[in-house]
Amino acid sequence: MKSLRYTLKLCVPVMASYIFVGLAYGMMMNKAGYSPLWTFFSSTFIYAGSMQIVLISLLAAGTPLYTIAIMTLFINARHIFYGIGFVEEFKKIGGWRYPLMALTMTDETYSVLCSAQYPEGMDRHKIMLYVQVFCYLLWILASTSGALLGEVLRFNMEGIEFTATAFFVTVVVSQWQTAESHLPAITGLLSAVLFFFLFGADKFILPALSVSVVVLIIHKDRIMIKREALENV
Amino acid sequence: MSETIYTAAAIGIAAIMTYLVRGLPYMMFGGKKGLPTIVLYLGSVLPPAIMIILVVYCLRSIELSVSPYGLPEIISVALVAILQFWRKNLFLSIFMGTACYMILIRTVFA
Repeated sequence: MKSLRYTLKLCVPVMASYIFVGLAYGMMMNKAGYSPLWTFFSSTFIYAGSMQIVLISLLAAGTPLYTIAIMTLFINARHIFYGIGFVEEFKKIGGWRYPLMALTMTDETYSVLCSAQYPEGMDRHKIMLYVQVFCYLLWILASTSGALLGEVLRFNMEGIEFTATAFFVTVVVSQWQTAESHLPAITGLLSAVLFFFLFGADKFILPALSVSVVVLIIHKDRIMIKREALENV
Repeated sequence: MSETIYTAAAIGIAAIMTYLVRGLPYMMFGGKKGLPTIVLYLGSVLPPAIMIILVVYCLRSIELSVSPYGLPEIISVALVAILQFWRKNLFLSIFMGTACYMILIRTVFA
C-alpha cells in the first residue's frame, strides 16, 4: 500500500499529459471513423502515443504495411536509448516482470524512473514495476475514454485533429530548449520541406527521414564534439 | 483486403516494430555485448529530427497558394510554440492551440 501511494506520487507530473493526450487521441480516432475498440487495441498493443497518432493518418491514406513498419522503426527509434539505462536493473528483476517492464517503457515513464528517489525500506523494483503498469493502464483508460466520449459528444469536433500537430510542436519546442546541438532539428526541417516540394504531400516522409539519418551520420563528429565541449564546461 | 483486416494488420505491425525497438537493448546486452556506437548515436540525435518532420507531416494538407493560405494552421502553430517556449506547460499549449484552431476555422476563416 505504501509503495502504491509512493508510485502515484512519482507519476503525478506525467499523469496530466497521459490523460490529456490519451483523451485527445481517442477523440481523433473516433472522428476518423474508428470504433472505440480499435482505440483500445491500438493503445494496448502499440502503447506509443506519437506512433498511434501518426497511424491515424497512415490508416486513412491506406499506407502500405511495409511503410507503416519502417515509419514505426523511425518514430520509435528513441526507445532503444531508453532501454540501455535499465538493462542491468530490470535483468535483476527477472521472470515475467522483466519483459513487461522492458516493453512498457515510454518517454514519460523513462523520465519518472530516471528521476525517482527510492526511500529506505521501500522495494525499488516493486515501485518501478508499479510505475510501468500504472502508466500503461492509465494510457489505455484515457484513450478508450476519449473514444467513448467522442461517441456521445454532440459537439461539432471539427478541428480536434489539430491536437496532434500541437502535441508534436510542444515536443519540438521542449527538445529545442534542451538540445546540445540544433543540427538534428534543422536537418529534419530542411529535408522535410525539400522533399515535400519535390515529391508532394503523400510521398515525402520516408525520403525526409532517410536523408536525415544519412546527414546526421555524416555530421556525427561535429555533433559529438559539440556535446563533449558542452559537457566539459 | 478488407478494411478490418488492413486496420488489424497495421496495428499489429506497428506493435511488433515497437516491441522490437523497445526490446533491442535488452536482447543485445543479454549476450554481454554493447550496442554499436552508431545505434546509440542515432538513438540520441534522431528524435529532434523526426519530431519536426512529423510536424510537417501533420501540416501536409494545407494549401499555401489557395485562400486561407494555411493561415489558421500557421497562427495556431505559432501560438502553441510561443506558449510552450514561455510557459513550458504541455496541457496549456495543446489546449489553447487546438481551441484557437477550432475557433479560427469556424469564424475568421469559415
